[in-house]
Amino acid sequence: MAHTTHGIGGLTYDPAKKARPPELNVFVALVLIVVAFEAIGRLFLGESFLFNTRDNVDAIFNWPRLNIIILQVSIVGIIAVGVTQVILTGGIDLSSGSVVGATAMIAMSFAQTALVNGNPNPKAIFGDWAMDLPVIVPVLVGLGCGLAAGLVNGVFIAYTRIPPFIATLGMMVFARGLSRWWSNGNPISFPTEGYAAIGKGMMPVLIFVLLAVLFHLILTYTVYGKHTYAIGSNEDAARMSGIKVNRHKVLVYSIAGMLAAIAAVVLSSKNLTAQAGMGVMYELDAIAMAVIGGISLKGGRGSILGTVLGALIFGVIISGFTFVKLDAYYQEMVKGVIIVGAVVLDQWRQRRSSERT
Amino acid sequence: MSELRLHDMGDIVLETRDLTKHYGGVHALEGANFILRKGEHVAIMGDNGAGKSTFVRQITAVEQRTRGEVVFDGRAVHFAGPLEAREAGIETVFQNLALADDLDVPSNLFLGREKVLFNLGPFSILDRKAMREATMRGLEKTGVKIPNILNTIRNMSGGQRQCVAIARTAAFHSKLTIMDEPTAALGVQETAQVENIIRTLKKQGEPLILISHNMRQVFDLMDRIVVFRRGRICANLNVAETNPEDVVAYITGAKTGAEYADVA
Ligand SMILES: Nc1ncnc2c1ncn2[C@@H]1O[C@H](COP(=O)(O)OP(=O)(O)OP(=O)(O)O)[C@@H](O)[C@H]1O
Ligand SMILES: [Mg+2]
Repeated sequence: MAHTTHGIGGLTYDPAKKARPPELNVFVALVLIVVAFEAIGRLFLGESFLFNTRDNVDAIFNWPRLNIIILQVSIVGIIAVGVTQVILTGGIDLSSGSVVGATAMIAMSFAQTALVNGNPNPKAIFGDWAMDLPVIVPVLVGLGCGLAAGLVNGVFIAYTRIPPFIATLGMMVFARGLSRWWSNGNPISFPTEGYAAIGKGMMPVLIFVLLAVLFHLILTYTVYGKHTYAIGSNEDAARMSGIKVNRHKVLVYSIAGMLAAIAAVVLSSKNLTAQAGMGVMYELDAIAMAVIGGISLKGGRGSILGTVLGALIFGVIISGFTFVKLDAYYQEMVKGVIIVGAVVLDQWRQRRSSERT
Repeated sequence: MSELRLHDMGDIVLETRDLTKHYGGVHALEGANFILRKGEHVAIMGDNGAGKSTFVRQITAVEQRTRGEVVFDGRAVHFAGPLEAREAGIETVFQNLALADDLDVPSNLFLGREKVLFNLGPFSILDRKAMREATMRGLEKTGVKIPNILNTIRNMSGGQRQCVAIARTAAFHSKLTIMDEPTAALGVQETAQVENIIRTLKKQGEPLILISHNMRQVFDLMDRIVVFRRGRICANLNVAETNPEDVVAYITGAKTGAEYADVA
């Protein structure tokens, strides 16, 4: 039926001329930003941003740079997959960065190895019973932490009507405190080989891509996705249509919490250590990725594909600034500009679309 | 004036007894006793703010009533929410439409009761094709004009939205249909289409409650008129035995039905 040119009641339309998907705009922006860095590189630095210019390497692209771009956004990208769903319901999750910190600390405590180079693990948290456990234990413990944080967020938001901003801000502060208290601020290190394998090499990218694809499919093809969009679009309508809005919100925040937990496991595995300060500001990076990717902060509009493109734009900009040799302080400042800029863009998009109705 | 045969419960579809809703100090609905019989089409009329929508919201459990009883389909009901009311067989077109702007027409038609291919709890896979086809069939019956049902509701005219909301109730077999000012935003043709839907329901013997300010429509289509004034029912009139001037008098308060004398 989608391919008919006849609508209902004798009206016709051209199915080939579908409205331009918003993701296309984000993709065009990504290309333009890449082209801009490429141009700056060629004109001022005599270097290419993305293409291989070294004769001793047989490749078209500068693969090391491409890998860094995607690797550095993949862990926050995993969080952004969850934050996207929260924002689609019209909510916000400020706790994900701190949940990463707390989850990394707790999961790592169950991932330690007893002997480091023949000596007892100097960073051991628990006794022998918690040493050299199968990798599934710390992973499940981590997922449990994320689930608990998400459940608490969701229950407070759904049943006490505390604004998501406040509820998740509370969780943000609480979880950061928990991660400091857990080991009195000491780092937790020396994981088992199995745990270390989770985030090795390009594994974070693989996990990010798999989760993004999975949740893109879920949001597009399942009742869960339909209800997520419906709640963000018109919560009263969703409620009157019989959607169990509160229960659904709890589910969405729980999933977001678990995705933050996965990010924590991958990150602590990749770094081979967990620290109380892990994941600071990740929540804002994740929100920025979603908003850059076209997720409306009002809810109801956007897709995981958009968020993935937003993550790539984020990565390209950060790498681009390193490429043009602006140091870390500038990068922080630029991140701030990106976040505010993305929200301004979102406001502008909202105004424009409300003018049309 | 119609005689209410209160002893004859057999053909009563819906009855409310002393149905009351207070919003803080606002007595939006006060002691409403209302009866709807099998196959009957009843209009609810009254000025803005008279409590008509409030009455509907208590029946459909969009809000929880302050006091009173609702008997539907032979048993006292206290729905926990609108889904329970729908599942019990009450389909409602709400005055504020209750559509999700960012979703397309099939998604809105099936919101809250999607057709699924595999049941996996909340992650059940949607049967998008079946919903699309059912939407086409359902909408064609209403005679509404919509170029592309896969457009979001946001991109549709007020009348088209209204027709989607009405098609939603028509698409599902129900024991009782309630429409709150369904033609308020519609053009001449679309109004005629909605009125045709109402006639079809009448032919099929499906009972209906219609809230409307349109005197011609009510006299053309309905069997009975219940008038609300300041949160109370003040008249219960058979269409065949009354006239528009009379109804206006009840609405404005110039007259009050004999059995409701204590109201005024
Ligand atoms: N949620 C609410 N909180 C407080 N007061 C309310 C609420 N909803 C309705 N009211 C009040 O209750 C009264 C009845 O409102 P209701 O919506 O039932 O009117 P109505 O008869 O449907 O009018 P209209 O013809 O304009 O739709 C009004 O005075 C209204 O202001
Ligand atoms: Mg009303």
